[in-house]
Amino acid sequence: MQILVLVKAVPDPERANEITLDPETGTVKREGIPLVINPLDRNAVEEALRLKEEKGGTVAALSMGPPAAEGPLREALALGVDRAVLLSDRAMAGADTLATARVLAAGARYLGDFDLILCGAESFDGGTAQVGPELAQFLGLPHASYVTSAREKGGLLEVEAKVEDGRKKLQVRLPALLTVSRELNRPRGLSFSGIVRARGKKVEVLSLADLGMDPSRAGVAGSPTIIGDISTPTTTRSGEIIKGDPEEVVDVLVKKLTEAGVV
Amino acid sequence: MTEGYRGVWVFVEQKKGEFLPVGLQLLGKGREIADRLGEKLSALVLGRDVKDKAKALIGYGADEVLVVDQPKLEDYQTDLYAHVVTELVQKERPSVFLLGATYNGRDLAPTVAGRLETGLSSDCTRLEIDEEGRLVQVVPAFRGMASILCPDRRPQMATIRPGVFRLPAPDESRTGTVREVQVDLETVENRAELVELYLQEPEGKPLEEAETVVAGGAGIGDLEGWKLIEDLAQVLGAAVGATRPPLDEGWAREDQMIGQSGKTVRPDLYIGIGISGETQHVVGIEDAKVVVAINNDPGAPIFKVADYGIVADYRKVVPVLIERFKKLKNTG
Ligand SMILES: Cc1cc2nc3c(=O)[nH]c(=O)nc-3n(C[C@H](O)[C@H](O)[C@H](O)COP(=O)(O)OP(=O)(O)OC[C@H]3O[C@@H](n4cnc5c(N)ncnc54)[C@H](O)[C@@H]3O)c2cc1C
Repeated sequence: MQILVLVKAVPDPERANEITLDPETGTVKREGIPLVINPLDRNAVEEALRLKEEKGGTVAALSMGPPAAEGPLREALALGVDRAVLLSDRAMAGADTLATARVLAAGARYLGDFDLILCGAESFDGGTAQVGPELAQFLGLPHASYVTSAREKGGLLEVEAKVEDGRKKLQVRLPALLTVSRELNRPRGLSFSGIVRARGKKVEVLSLADLGMDPSRAGVAGSPTIIGDISTPTTTRSGEIIKGDPEEVVDVLVKKLTEAGVV
Repeated sequence: MTEGYRGVWVFVEQKKGEFLPVGLQLLGKGREIADRLGEKLSALVLGRDVKDKAKALIGYGADEVLVVDQPKLEDYQTDLYAHVVTELVQKERPSVFLLGATYNGRDLAPTVAGRLETGLSSDCTRLEIDEEGRLVQVVPAFRGMASILCPDRRPQMATIRPGVFRLPAPDESRTGTVREVQVDLETVENRAELVELYLQEPEGKPLEEAETVVAGGAGIGDLEGWKLIEDLAQVLGAAVGATRPPLDEGWAREDQMIGQSGKTVRPDLYIGIGISGETQHVVGIEDAKVVVAINNDPGAPIFKVADYGIVADYRKVVPVLIERFKKLKNTG
């Protein structure tokens, strides 16, 4: 099986609360917070590696991002993917989900034919769950979202996926794209031998020119959506801080809540 | 690319022939938007034997209900639904297209947006129309709210979580039309075919209907601490809510998450414990009557959106609260 797995570089969720907002410029500051593989993409990598171990074939990892996204791709190499490709170009910056999917589609086509494309259902920092299905449209592939189990059987994939209050079972024709949920598997950790093996490998970096893609189709220029103003929410609540030792604050709080008629 | 596009569409998802509440909530919002634009509001319904029920959507605000009623459309299947919706959008050219952010809605919306190469925003918490008649799609951003616009492509698509907008009161006297449309599905390949649906009845009273909510965040620290949250909820007869980290840690269930990508709650009393108050969470509690926050960091943003704040380690305060409420219950 030829498998492609999409990997997004996101700020380490463990350190997400270190991200601050510059009150002067209104820009988000995330310097010093390392980029890691988006958590659900770890599940996608795991599934790709498992399928390869079971059925043979190769696994390639693909990402679009700034040069620093090489780090997470190196991590993918250390986990065991055969090839890692970063699509990186100034003209790719500021892409919304549609322009991202379009560039990833060009990257996927450039790399060849795949039987299966896997990615996390959503990213930790964007959370739209749009890139996977949009990419499937650009590539003309069937897809299933929020997959919790997948098994190949006679050229078809038997897939379970989330719905409200339950699960659905689907039969998906290959080639296909699956966006995966955390329930799918437990991602393996990095091994020392994997890290050593990855040292001998390189992350290939491709530009828009390498992909033969018109800059007007990528990045901000290729994005149908734009971000207008950012505002800070205003609040009408009093924000009264109740002070004292635990017994005292509980006394006051219970009194206030009783007066308000909410307990 | 925006000329010739008029009207507001709402996709009203059905399950076993019943319309999901989020579709009706969006009709209420869609009505406001359509009035603001001076355009028509259409409900789009796909299903099997849904024609007769479709009329009811007029009472919720639709001027017109477009119905595609075919056996193959009984349950949501990506290829079939996306084909029908894409074809109808291309033919009828709505300017605004809203969908509920259910699992199916979050699958259908990007599939259709991808095929049409138009803009889509997900989990909007507010929708407005600007002076130029464009849809302003508001989503939480880092410590604030960001407005998303789709200036040059149509339709302007957005998904909205259940419960963000209130259910409008149905008005039986409203008039409108039901229009059945035929779409040929014979030649459409169903490449991801539904084999089976396993549905479970949700347990207990849903979080979004609870009168009291006790919510815990990352600050709870461990499963033992989470027990304290559950104990407090129990003495108060409250539902337990959570931020995103407790889900990731496995302390809480997915359907307990409150916020942009979870539930919107409207209790009389919300008590948030070990929660920093990030915008993505806080948008889900805006309509709570009274908000109480317990956090050991006096600078935590949650105190700015609380009526009463307690700056303390929750481990010291919550056990005292539990005892007090137990006593109150026994004497009251
Ligand atoms: C696209 C997107 C969508 C999202 N959707 C949601 C959503 O729907 N809902 C949601 O909740 N989040 C959502 N998030 C995540 C959100 O941005 C925050 O990361 C999350 O809400 C933070 O949760 P928290 O407050 O529990 O954790 P933290 O921000 O880590 O805060 C923990 C708090 O606990 C306090 N604390 C620590 N120890 C103690 C103690 N012993 N006693 C008392 N207090 C203590 C700390 O002072 C701190 O303020 C989303 C994020 C993105 C990017």
